[in-house]
Amino acid sequence: MAEQQTSAPLAPEPRTGPVDAISVRDVTRVYQRPRTSLRHPSPPVHALRGVGFAIPQGQRFGIVGESGCGKSTLLRILAGLDRPTGGSVAIDGRDITGLRERQLKFVRERLQLVFQDPMSSLDPRMRVGDIVAEPLVAQGHGNRRERVAELLEAVGLRADAANRYPHQFSGGQRQRISIARALAPRPKIIVADEPVSALDVSVRAQVLNLIADLVDELSLTLVFVSHDLSVVRHVCDRVAVMHAGQIVETGSTEQVYEDPQHSYTRRLIAAVPTLGKALSGVSAADLNRE
Amino acid sequence: MIPAPDTAPASGPGSSEGRDDVLTVRNLDVAVGGRTLVEDVDFTIRAGERVGLIGESGSGKSLTALSVMGLLPEGLRASGSVRLAGVGHDLVGADEARMSRVRGKELAMVFQEPMTALNPTMKVGRQIAEVLLIHRTRPDRASAHAAAVELLAQVGLPDPEAAAQAYPHQFSGGQRQRVVLAIALANDPSLLVCDEPTTALDVTVQARVLDLIVRGVQDRRSAMLFITHDLAVVATACERVMVMYGGRLVESGPVREVFTRPRHRYTQGLIGASDLTMVDDRGRLATIPGSVPAAGQFPAGCVFRNRCAQATEVCATRPEWVPTGPDSGYACFHPVPESGAHGTGTPTNQEAGRG
Repeated sequence: MAEQQTSAPLAPEPRTGPVDAISVRDVTRVYQRPRTSLRHPSPPVHALRGVGFAIPQGQRFGIVGESGCGKSTLLRILAGLDRPTGGSVAIDGRDITGLRERQLKFVRERLQLVFQDPMSSLDPRMRVGDIVAEPLVAQGHGNRRERVAELLEAVGLRADAANRYPHQFSGGQRQRISIARALAPRPKIIVADEPVSALDVSVRAQVLNLIADLVDELSLTLVFVSHDLSVVRHVCDRVAVMHAGQIVETGSTEQVYEDPQHSYTRRLIAAVPTLGKALSGVSAADLNRE
Repeated sequence: MIPAPDTAPASGPGSSEGRDDVLTVRNLDVAVGGRTLVEDVDFTIRAGERVGLIGESGSGKSLTALSVMGLLPEGLRASGSVRLAGVGHDLVGADEARMSRVRGKELAMVFQEPMTALNPTMKVGRQIAEVLLIHRTRPDRASAHAAAVELLAQVGLPDPEAAAQAYPHQFSGGQRQRVVLAIALANDPSLLVCDEPTTALDVTVQARVLDLIVRGVQDRRSAMLFITHDLAVVATACERVMVMYGGRLVESGPVREVFTRPRHRYTQGLIGASDLTMVDDRGRLATIPGSVPAAGQFPAGCVFRNRCAQATEVCATRPEWVPTGPDSGYACFHPVPESGAHGTGTPTNQEAGRG
């Protein structure tokens, strides 16, 4: 089973084995901002500065960082929605950096996204059934109706939800619809960008449980991006901490939380308010002290 | 200007009203059309006291804050009574002319989105000076400007002189929120209302802004009403907490008490669901079944009964408020039993492990 086929150019169905689900090598992304002066061009923005990591099949990998750290740019590149200025990204061992849109079809099948805001990521004029079926249509799969019913059930919605519109659902239910849509083409990798940040606390736990169950049942690889360290800690096996376009620390979740090495990670962890900390007397001033 | 009324109306549920009361809210209702969105809200905040109001979206916490400030959107009507120390009239039903004399002086607020709270076409120094000049707390422009720079320094902006000359878009989100805080604190308000002031901010920035808010009200001995959905933030910034669900207060009490020994089933569920370090043997988080109903769709009787595992027929009638202390109580027919032997009201420091 464990064959050494690392550099084989054709590996259409790589199974769980030595090939990493995602491998990112020395990725940089430089944006050119529009000019604001006639004399000088605007300075370029280095959104990613030499980011590298590998995610083995089946791992739950967290990416944490504050706004502007480059995590969204990184996600777009992973999903083949943007191209790096330098470096390379491989999905299931296949380099996607030089590929054209048409050649990215396998990425769309292997890797699916769940976004933060379930309202703006669902077309308000489409019925839920059509939303969930859309990836299947795009990829030319048949027998959609049955698959949609199966998917809705898998995320804890009733099959008749297919005939309704997104606005008829609550935030948590909408996020379930997004998850059903992402699962439609039977991906092996789910990239979730702040999937629970817009949800109420009582619903957040439901959606986190759902994600964990599905990842287990379908043996998915999960990339989970969040600014909320406690969520990442609960969900992920490994975590990468991003700051100013670089990964400043990476390791097992426990290790990074219990014994952070980088000063930024320490500051980040110290700044998170928790009930436990607050009840043991940590004040706002203490959070800000690091 | 107007002498403070010495008499606070109506005695609350066991609350000993004193001269220290800054905000007294009695039987506050907010309704739109025939729907009641906030029902029978009752609380008092004393000078120097920091009180949190927590609840999920749609629970009515922002409407409560907006009715305190007289800023309810068109079509919504508040009834009941909201009294503020130092203000001679009731804030409910007061016209805009009277409210604008109160707002920015005795009563100040910080909202979630600092960009919409600031005027994009005005330098921030002038925006701070404006509240000082409008309320005539500084005699002239020059002294108002000097005070503005001083306030910017207090909220920790580097180079306050230069900051005063900058426009809001030149600041980051956290810096803008600090400018808003400087405006709010300019006239040493007796009550500061914060509505999700740090929700849009990154964690490290949130820590700084929270620190500044707490220090700002402590230095002035202002009362604070702090609204958020984040239990940990409330526990960090406040001493007392009120839990709102379905437009009603369902539980209130000192932070430590409510978060370590909740009595209402909703509070218990909320604490369980937000604790991401506690999982069952299958690795799953505790949840509250269902979701928050839309406004006006809450069940009659106990508003939480359609999501509550303990609910029985009796919950179809409205639960009475059960006071457990001067500022604490709950409204539930099947409260969480008090843990410990005979721990009725004894302030034993139960360990924070459960929280």
